[in-house]
Amino acid sequence: MITLPRDSILSRHQWRVGELLWLAAALASYFVFPQYLALGTTVLIMVVLVMSFDLLLGFAGVLSLGHAVFFGLGAYMAGWLSLAGWTEPVSAVIVAGIAAAALAAVIGPFLLRLTGLPLMMVTLALGVLVFEAAHKATTLTGGDDGLAGIQFAAILGVFEWGLGGATAYLYVLAWLCGIFVLVKRVVASPFGVMLQGVRENPARMRLIGNPVLPHLTLAYVISGAVAGVAGALFTQANAFVGLGVVAVDTSIDVLVMLVLGGIGGLHGALIGAPVYMLLKHFSSQWNPFYWMLIIGVLLMAVVLMGRGGLLGTLASWTRRPRKGQA
Amino acid sequence: MSTVAFILLYGLSYGLVLCLIALGLVITMGLMHVINLGHGAFAAIGGYLAISLMQAQGLPYAVAVPAAVLAVAAFGVLAERLLYVRLYKRSHLDQVLVTIGFNFVVIAIITILFGPNIVRMELPMYLRGNVDLGIREFELYRVVASGICIAIIGGLWWVFERTSTGARLRAAVDNRGMAQAMGMNVPLLFSATFALGCGLAALGGILAAPMLPMEPMWPMKYLVLMLIIVALAGHGQVTASVAVAIIVGVVETAGRYLFPQFGAFFIYLLLIGLMVWRPHGLLVRRQTA
Amino acid sequence: MSTGATLALQASGLCKHFGALHVTQDVSLSLQVGARTALIGPNGAGKTTLVNLLTGVIRPDRGQLFLFGEEVTATSAAARTRKGLVRTFQISSLFAQLTVFENIYIAVAQAAGRGFSIWRPAGRQRDLLERTEQLVEQLKLQSDRHQKVSEIAYGRQRLVEIALALALMPRVLLLDEPAAGIPSNELDLLHGAIDTLPREIAVLMIEHDMEMVRRFASDVSVLVGGAMLMSGTPGAVMSHPEVQSVYLGTAGKKRFDGALAHA
Repeated sequence: MITLPRDSILSRHQWRVGELLWLAAALASYFVFPQYLALGTTVLIMVVLVMSFDLLLGFAGVLSLGHAVFFGLGAYMAGWLSLAGWTEPVSAVIVAGIAAAALAAVIGPFLLRLTGLPLMMVTLALGVLVFEAAHKATTLTGGDDGLAGIQFAAILGVFEWGLGGATAYLYVLAWLCGIFVLVKRVVASPFGVMLQGVRENPARMRLIGNPVLPHLTLAYVISGAVAGVAGALFTQANAFVGLGVVAVDTSIDVLVMLVLGGIGGLHGALIGAPVYMLLKHFSSQWNPFYWMLIIGVLLMAVVLMGRGGLLGTLASWTRRPRKGQA
Repeated sequence: MSTVAFILLYGLSYGLVLCLIALGLVITMGLMHVINLGHGAFAAIGGYLAISLMQAQGLPYAVAVPAAVLAVAAFGVLAERLLYVRLYKRSHLDQVLVTIGFNFVVIAIITILFGPNIVRMELPMYLRGNVDLGIREFELYRVVASGICIAIIGGLWWVFERTSTGARLRAAVDNRGMAQAMGMNVPLLFSATFALGCGLAALGGILAAPMLPMEPMWPMKYLVLMLIIVALAGHGQVTASVAVAIIVGVVETAGRYLFPQFGAFFIYLLLIGLMVWRPHGLLVRRQTA
Repeated sequence: MSTGATLALQASGLCKHFGALHVTQDVSLSLQVGARTALIGPNGAGKTTLVNLLTGVIRPDRGQLFLFGEEVTATSAAARTRKGLVRTFQISSLFAQLTVFENIYIAVAQAAGRGFSIWRPAGRQRDLLERTEQLVEQLKLQSDRHQKVSEIAYGRQRLVEIALALALMPRVLLLDEPAAGIPSNELDLLHGAIDTLPREIAVLMIEHDMEMVRRFASDVSVLVGGAMLMSGTPGAVMSHPEVQSVYLGTAGKKRFDGALAHA
């Protein structure tokens, strides 16, 4: 029986204590912080979104500055379904995810031929383009006012949405658990392992017989689908969707959240999203731009220290030295 | 005819100012190979500083502008020695992230100092009003600003293409290690070049202020346009930058004026198309094996 | 020369120029099944370009390439690899931040066609894990198996290169200067690895090291200035006056003859 080290990329199917603790803490928050459930729900949604981005950047090595496009498509899709009379929430989320996946499948093969600065530019430009289009298409998106009057039926026919966001929190948490299990499986699979090979050295991957582009496209599709799911959950939790979901700011936020938490490993989302969102919430009551100062400094510090985000820094403080090294 | 002239002139003046800012970025990115998303911040600092010197300190325009440019250039040297020097060997991603962080910090400080609203630049009397260009009347300020841009861009082109300093700079761009081995003081060169880049950005920002009013989000707002110009021009290409910037300026203006419903689209569609067609810049010299 | 048997690799009339520079001029080369051929030539002779042409990284301007009788002149590099034409790199090109075991696993998984398996965990795929372990043992990399490749000795990185190549079940193996950069005290490992390459693989080795050529090759081809100067048995080629003057020099010839002791 071949034993693999815990931090090997071949061991990612194993559950870590930290992951389970995090989920337990998220559940406990429901009871401990009932007055912050709306904020909590938003945090959970961001965790899902950032996780989708980790798959793309941390595992596939694709730096996209337009990820909000998938989030937004999922969000608006859920809104359109509701306004068209489709009020079953769970299936609406699935449809939104599929729509986002379809978009990714179409543009992926073209987009993913680019790398580096050109890729950043094109994804940024696409993001701006989609925002402008959404802004103009007021019949579809409600423009600056957004889409209101969105209502979903009780979840599984039993749990009513109600005010105060209690149902929404648990609903989103349930989705998050499911998504986490799924993404974990993908990342732990041979596909996930090869994806990291593609990120490390695409030229070498080609020379071991892997055509690379199909792999990147599948990663893009899964990432898009999960982002779309996050978007749909956003609409359902807020009973509203506005232009913010496709804003360039959102794409940048996702990047910053992931970097703060630590890229690659899926855990960055668990740390980065809450830290960012909570900082933003609490310091915006003080002065809205103080949080930008804090985040800016934190971002620079985290990257310059080069330890892999807050999580990486924490890990390097607690890691026991390897045999044979100082 | 008058409309075409208007669009061309308007777009030209807009493009020239953008070009000035973008040139600073083309030079620094071309020389140091650092993706510097914080460039817009230097431009904004220039604009705000000039406004502050004129309004709070009461300095005349002709004094405030050079003072602000020099101050920003000096600040640029500081930023280069303290921050950017750590980025030269890092990955593109790291450079993007750190410079975004830098942007955030500058935006936050600007807001704390100047508030979240637009701050207008008061032009001196001799720069206001219109001038008759024969075809039609046009804002005097835009004509003057365009003239200044052309003069500076022309000067830069001359220095880069025709002098030995320029040749040395181009050599250092092509092969840093070799340049160093030949005795060029590369760190000094980098600092000086970065200062030049920031100075250009500041001047561009100051000249742009009456057209693109100063607000805290200014660096991020016009970042996309600057990056478009840099990406399409390729690294270190002065001539290409001018051409691209003017095209961008004119296309943007034409789009907004002729198709107010869809104005913003054209420039981004243009970018996407061009990047997919020529990912390494429009007029890149063909690499020899 | 056996007639009727399919050649493992056959290149005919390959030409490549970059601008005015003719890097490869009408080069023809054949490898039989089980060949052990060395390709030598002075620096700048175009050896690496030739390997790039053979592996599909660049396309020839003229000429054809056949792999076991199948024309592959226009086939992509990835596809050629899947058909059994595998190369190693002169400068190690591995997955730097991953461990030795992980590097080899990737190649093993690719060769097994599991690239799109997204459900079952990689760490539970018994057959892939065992094959990876088998290669680790074959190349005596056990002590480094869970170290990042960027952190192991250079000589052992070259062994990982060979392990990757073997994982892909090559029918034709192109070794691009396998000994390059290896300190002399680590060469034994490499020699052992190459000696134990499966007999049925056709191997083309580009090398400067005459000791390697003497040990390993049953055929030698000489590339000079982008053109094939001559081919033949090692003895015949090495004693040819033109080869000696162009390439070997007297010291090289002595080394080939084993007259100089190892440093």
